[in-house]
Amino acid sequence: MRKNWTLLLALLLSVGMVLAACGGGADKEEETKDADKGEEETTTDFKVAMVTDIGGVDDKSFNQSAWEGLKAWGEEHGIEEKKGFDYAQSNDKADYMPNLTRLIRDEYNMIFAIGFELKEDLNKVAKQYPDTHFAIVDDVVEQDNVASINFKEHQGSFLVGVAAAMKTKTNKVGFVGGVDSPLISKFESGFIAGVKSVNPDIEVDVQYAESFGAADKGKVIASNMYNNDIDVIYHASGGTGNGVFNEAKDLKKNDPDRDIWVIGVDRDQHEEGQIGDHNVTLTSMVKRVDVAVHDLSNKAMNGEHHGGEVLEYGLEEDAINVATTNEDAMTQDIIDAVEDWKEKILSGDIEVPKTREETEKFLEAL
Amino acid sequence: MSSSHRLFSVLIPIISVLLGLIAGAVIMLLSGYNPITGYAALWRGAFGDAYTIGETIRRSTPYILSGLAVAFAFRANLFNIGAEGQVIVGWLAAVWVGISVEAPMVIHLPLAILAAALAGALWGFIPGLLKAKLGVHEVIVTIMMNYIALYSTNEIIRNVLTDHKTTTESIHESASMASEWLGSITFFSRLHYGILLALFIAIIIWFLIDRTTIGYELKAVGFNPHASKYAGMNVSKNIILAMVISGALGGLAGAMEGLGTYGNISVMSGFSNIGFDGIAVALLGANTPLGVVIAAFLFGTLKEGAGEMPTGAGIPTELVDVIIAIIIFFVASSYIIRWALLRFKGGKSK
Repeated sequence: MRKNWTLLLALLLSVGMVLAACGGGADKEEETKDADKGEEETTTDFKVAMVTDIGGVDDKSFNQSAWEGLKAWGEEHGIEEKKGFDYAQSNDKADYMPNLTRLIRDEYNMIFAIGFELKEDLNKVAKQYPDTHFAIVDDVVEQDNVASINFKEHQGSFLVGVAAAMKTKTNKVGFVGGVDSPLISKFESGFIAGVKSVNPDIEVDVQYAESFGAADKGKVIASNMYNNDIDVIYHASGGTGNGVFNEAKDLKKNDPDRDIWVIGVDRDQHEEGQIGDHNVTLTSMVKRVDVAVHDLSNKAMNGEHHGGEVLEYGLEEDAINVATTNEDAMTQDIIDAVEDWKEKILSGDIEVPKTREETEKFLEAL
Repeated sequence: MSSSHRLFSVLIPIISVLLGLIAGAVIMLLSGYNPITGYAALWRGAFGDAYTIGETIRRSTPYILSGLAVAFAFRANLFNIGAEGQVIVGWLAAVWVGISVEAPMVIHLPLAILAAALAGALWGFIPGLLKAKLGVHEVIVTIMMNYIALYSTNEIIRNVLTDHKTTTESIHESASMASEWLGSITFFSRLHYGILLALFIAIIIWFLIDRTTIGYELKAVGFNPHASKYAGMNVSKNIILAMVISGALGGLAGAMEGLGTYGNISVMSGFSNIGFDGIAVALLGANTPLGVVIAAFLFGTLKEGAGEMPTGAGIPTELVDVIIAIIIFFVASSYIIRWALLRFKGGKSK
C-alpha cells in the first residue's frame, strides 16, 4: 500500500518539476514582450472592446461581423489587437456580466454588447459605470451612456424574399429562425411580405430552432423542409444556420442536378455554400454590423458618442444589402426585381412589416 | 483501514485536480503559451479583487445545490441527469411567484423559494414514479424531462409571463435575495444571500443522509433493493422520495439564479449547464455534502477565472475552453480513479 503512495507522489513531483522548468523559460520571453509593449503605446489612448453573445466571435454571422468592424477600426488607427481593441467571448449567459465588467476595469473607453441577449446585463452595468461609453447591437437600452444600434432587417429580408420567390420552382419556400423573439420576427415578417408580394400563392413554411447555436437542429429542420419540396430556405439563426447549409450541401453533393438554395444572413455567406463546383447560397441578407461598429467607434473617439440614442441602420445607409456574389444563381432578372422593390421601399411606396400583426395586415392589403 | 479509506477519498480529488491542472499546463506549453501567466490570470479572474471574489461565490452558489441534487440521487443509486430541467423549472417558478405575488418579504421570499423547490420536486417525482412503478430507467426519463422543461419554459416566458418578449420583468424587491450591501462591499458584484441558504441546505442534506432513518433507508435501497425489500423497506417509496428531494434541490439551484443573480428569467437558447455541471460537481465531491460544497467552489472558480485568461494572458478563447474542459475531465474522472484504486487496494488486502 505504502509503495503505491510513494510512487504516485514521486510522479506528481517530477511532473511538477518539469513544468516549473519550462514555465521559467517562458517567463523570460514574457518579460521581453512586456518591455516591447511600453514603446508601442503611442498612436491613441482610446480603447474599444466588444462582448460576444454565446455565438462566439467566429459564428460566421453578426458577432464575427462586429469583430471585423473593430479590426478595421484598429487598422485605420494603427492599433494592435489586444492593445487598443479586444473582444471577450461569452460561453453562456452567466459570462455576460463578468465580461462586461472585466473590460470596463481594463479601462476600455467604448464597449459594444453584441446581441439582444446582453440587454439586461448591459442595463445594470451601464448604470454602475456612467463614464464608460456603451453600445448594444439589435436591442434598445435606455441609458444616457448607451447607444442602441438597430438594423432594418425587415427591409433586407423583404428583398431576399423577392429573390426567393423569383427562384423557387416548387412554389414553396422555408424560413428557419433562431430563437422566437421580436428581433427574429422582423426577419420572418419581412421575408414573408417579400415572397408574397411577388406571388401570393407561394407557401412559406416557418420553423424555429429555439437556438442560435444548434447546427444539428438546423440540419434536421432543413432536411424536413427539402423533403417537403421546399427549394429555397432563408435562415436567420446564427450558428444554427450552419446546419442548414450542411444539409443543402449534402443533398447537392449526392444529386448535383437538384435545385436547392439557402439564403444566408448577416454576412455574405457565399463561402458557406460552396460544394465542389456548385454553390447553394442563392444570396445573403447582409447586415453591416461591421460598418456600424466601425462608424460608432470613430464617433466615440472624436467625442460624439450617441449615448441614449437609438440609431437605425437600413437600406438608406447602405447598412443593409443583398449579396449578388453567386452570379450563376442570382440572374439578372432577379437582381432587377430586387432593385425595383428596393426603390419602392426607399421611396416609401411600401412599408415593410416588422411584426406578425403588421404582416397579416400587409398580406390582406395585397 | 478506515482511516486510510478516508485519506483516500480526500486525496483522490486533489490528485485529479492537480493532474488536470498539469495537463492544462502541458497544452498551454505545446501551443506556445506560458502556463504560469495563464494560471495567474485564472487566479486573478477568480480571486483578483473583491468583485471577482463576489462573482466567484455567486457562480458557485447554484453549483452547490445542483451538485447536492445529483449527489443525493446517487446515494440511492439513481442517476439524476434531470437536474438541468429541475433547475430551469425551479428558476421559472421562483420568478413567476416573485412577479405575480405581492406580499411582505417574510412571506414572499420563502414562498418563492418554496415554489422553486416544489417545481423541481415535481420534475423529479415523475421520473421517480416511472422508475418505481414501471421500472423505466430514470436516465432516459430525466433527459427527456430536461427538454420538456427548456421548451415549455421558453413558451411560458413568451406567451404567459410576457407579451411575446424574451425577458420577464424583474421580481418584486420582497422576493429578491440580491443585496445592495453585499454588492457594495464587492464592487457591484452580484453576490447574494443565496450562498447562506445553499450552505445551510448542504448541512441539512448531510444530516438527512448520515444521521436519519430516511437517509439510511435511501442508502440501503441504493445498495441493494432486494435486500432492502426483504428487510421490510418500501423500495418504491424510497426511490420516489430520493428523486423528489433531488429534484427539489435542483429547483432551489434555479431559485438562486432567479431570485438572486438575475431577478428575472429569459428565453434560453440552450441549457444553462448548471444541472449538467452539477453531475461533475457531485462526482468530484464523492457524493458527500461537504465534498460537493468544495467541488462547487472549484467549478465556480474555474468558470469565473477562465474569462480572464484571454484578456489577461493572451490565450485564445478556444484554447481556454480546451484547458478548462481537460481540467474538468480529470476532475470528473476522479470517480474512475477512485474506483480503480479501491478495486486494486481491495484485491491486495485479500
